[in-house]
Amino acid sequence: MENRPLEYDYTVTKMFMFTTIVLGIVGMLIGVILAFELAFPEVNTILGSGVAEYTNFSRLRPLHTDAVIFGFTLSGIFATWYYVGQRVLKVSMAESGFLMFIGKLHFWLYLVGVAAVVVSLFMGITTSKEYAEFEWPIDIAIVVVWVLFGISIFGLIGIRREKSLYISVWYYIATFLGIAMLYVFNNMEIPTILGTNGIGEAGFGNWWHSVSMYAGTNDALVQWWYGHNAVAFGFTVPIVAMIYYFLPKESGQAIYSYKLSLLSFWGLMFVYLWAGGHHLLYSTVPDWVQTMGSIFSIVLILPSWGSAINMLLTMKGEWQQVASSPLIKFMILASTFYMFSTLEGPIQAIKSVNAIAHFTDWIVGHVHDGTLGWVGFMIMGALFHMAPRVFKREIYSKSLMATQFWIQTLGVVFYFTSMWIAGITQGMMWRAHDEFGNLAYSFIDTVTVLHPYYTLRAIGGTLYLVGFFIFAYNIYRTMSARPVEESELQSASPMGA
Amino acid sequence: MNIAELQAYGYVAAMVILVILTYWYIYHLYTKKKDARGIDYEEYSNMALKDDVTDTPVSARSDDKEK
Repeated sequence: MENRPLEYDYTVTKMFMFTTIVLGIVGMLIGVILAFELAFPEVNTILGSGVAEYTNFSRLRPLHTDAVIFGFTLSGIFATWYYVGQRVLKVSMAESGFLMFIGKLHFWLYLVGVAAVVVSLFMGITTSKEYAEFEWPIDIAIVVVWVLFGISIFGLIGIRREKSLYISVWYYIATFLGIAMLYVFNNMEIPTILGTNGIGEAGFGNWWHSVSMYAGTNDALVQWWYGHNAVAFGFTVPIVAMIYYFLPKESGQAIYSYKLSLLSFWGLMFVYLWAGGHHLLYSTVPDWVQTMGSIFSIVLILPSWGSAINMLLTMKGEWQQVASSPLIKFMILASTFYMFSTLEGPIQAIKSVNAIAHFTDWIVGHVHDGTLGWVGFMIMGALFHMAPRVFKREIYSKSLMATQFWIQTLGVVFYFTSMWIAGITQGMMWRAHDEFGNLAYSFIDTVTVLHPYYTLRAIGGTLYLVGFFIFAYNIYRTMSARPVEESELQSASPMGA
Repeated sequence: MNIAELQAYGYVAAMVILVILTYWYIYHLYTKKKDARGIDYEEYSNMALKDDVTDTPVSARSDDKEK
C-alpha cells in the first residue's frame, strides 16, 4: 500500500449532507401543503375522503415540524460537526477506526429513527406533546443516536492535535449537552400497558403508547422549558457554531473579536434556559415564572446580538464580498435574520405585547423568519461551502446560487410580512369588544379576513421550496462538476458560471 | 424562614454572583488579552483560518507532552 499523506475523511459528512437535503425537501414540501390547506380547506381532502386521515392538517403538521427540526436541521448539525470538528481539532476521522465506526453507526441508526418517526406519525401514533410527539420506543432510539453523537464529539476531542477548542466546538458541545438534558426530562413517560386504573384494571392501550410522567401545569412547564430550549439548542446554538466557522473561513477574515465570541457563548448559556416561561404567559403557571420568562427573554438580546454583530463586523473592510459571492450573501442574510428574530422574540415576550401576539399567526411568522432566514440559510450556506471540499469539485453554478438566494429571500419576506399582518389582525379582532363588553367578532370573522394573508404565506413557502429544489439540484450537479486543486480551496469556494 | 423565602434569597444571591462573574470575565478578557498559556485570545481565530491537517496548531497538544 502506498504511503499517502493524512487527509480529513468526510465519509460521514457526506452521508448527513444527503439526509439534510432529502429531509429538507420532505419537511418543506409538507410545510407548503399545510400552508395551502390553511388557505384553501378543500386541499385537506385533495386525494379523496378515503385517505383524508393521512392528508389532513392535523396529521401532517407534526410531520412538517419534526422533519425540519429533527430531519433537516439535525442532519445539517451532524454533517457540519463531522466536517468542522475534524478541521478545527486538526485530526482526521481516518486516524481512528473506532470513531469512524461510531460515525457510520450514528448515521445508520439515525436513519432507522427517521423511518420510525415518519411511519409512526403518518399512522397517527403520537404522544401529543408538541415537538416531542415520538412514543417511548423511538425516544429510546433517539437517546442511543444522541449518545453516539456524544461519543463522536468527545472521541474526536480526545485525539485532537489542537489543544484549545475553537469557539464552534464549544457550541457543538453545548448542543449535545443541552438537547440531552431537555430531551430526557421532557420525555419522561410511562407506557400505559404498565399502568393500572382506579378499579384495578391493568394493561391499557397498545404496547407503544405512553403518558407523560408530569401532569397539568407541571407538564406545561416542563414542555415549554423543553420547547423553547429546543429552539435554543437546536436552532440557535449549533447554527452559531456553524457561522463562527463557515463565515470566517469562506471570507478569509478572522473573527472580528474572539473575546466577544467567548463572552456571548457564556451569556447565551446562562440566559437561554430561563426564558421558556414566555410561552406560558397568561396561563396557570405562577406569575413570577411568567415575569422571569419575560425578563430573561429581553436580556437574551445581548448575547444573541453579541454573536450576530461579531459576524457582521467580521466582514469589516470586505463588504464587497457580499456583493460578489452568493455564498457570503447566504451567511450574511442568515446573520441578519438572526438579529431580526432575536429582537422580535423578546418583543413578543413582553407581557403587554404578548396579550395581542399569543396564539396568533405572528408567532408562526416569528418562528419562520428564524428558521427559514437564519437556520435554513446558514445550513445551506454551510453545505455550499463544504461541497467543493468534500467532493473536490467546484460548485456547479454560481448563477443558480444567486437565483436561489433571491427567490428564497423573497419567499421569506412574503412569509413573515403576511404573518405579521395576519397575527396582529387576529390579536386585535379577538380582543375587540363593544361598550357592554361583548366580543365584536366571532372566530370565523377572523378566518375570513385572514384568507388573503394565508394565501400570501403559501406563495412565500412555495418560493422557498422552489429555491430549495434549486439548491438540491446545484449540489447534485456539483458531484460531477469540474475537479479543483487543493490550492483553490483555501478560503472562497470555487464556483462555476 | 420557609422554603419559598430561601428560594428567593438563593435566587438573588445567584443573580449577584453571576453578574459579578460576568463583569469579572469581561474585565479579565479585555485587560489581560492573553490566556494562561500566554496566547492572545484573538489568535484563536486562526484555528478556523489555518485548519488544514498539515497546518501548525495555534497551541499544539504535543507541546504539553514535551514539557
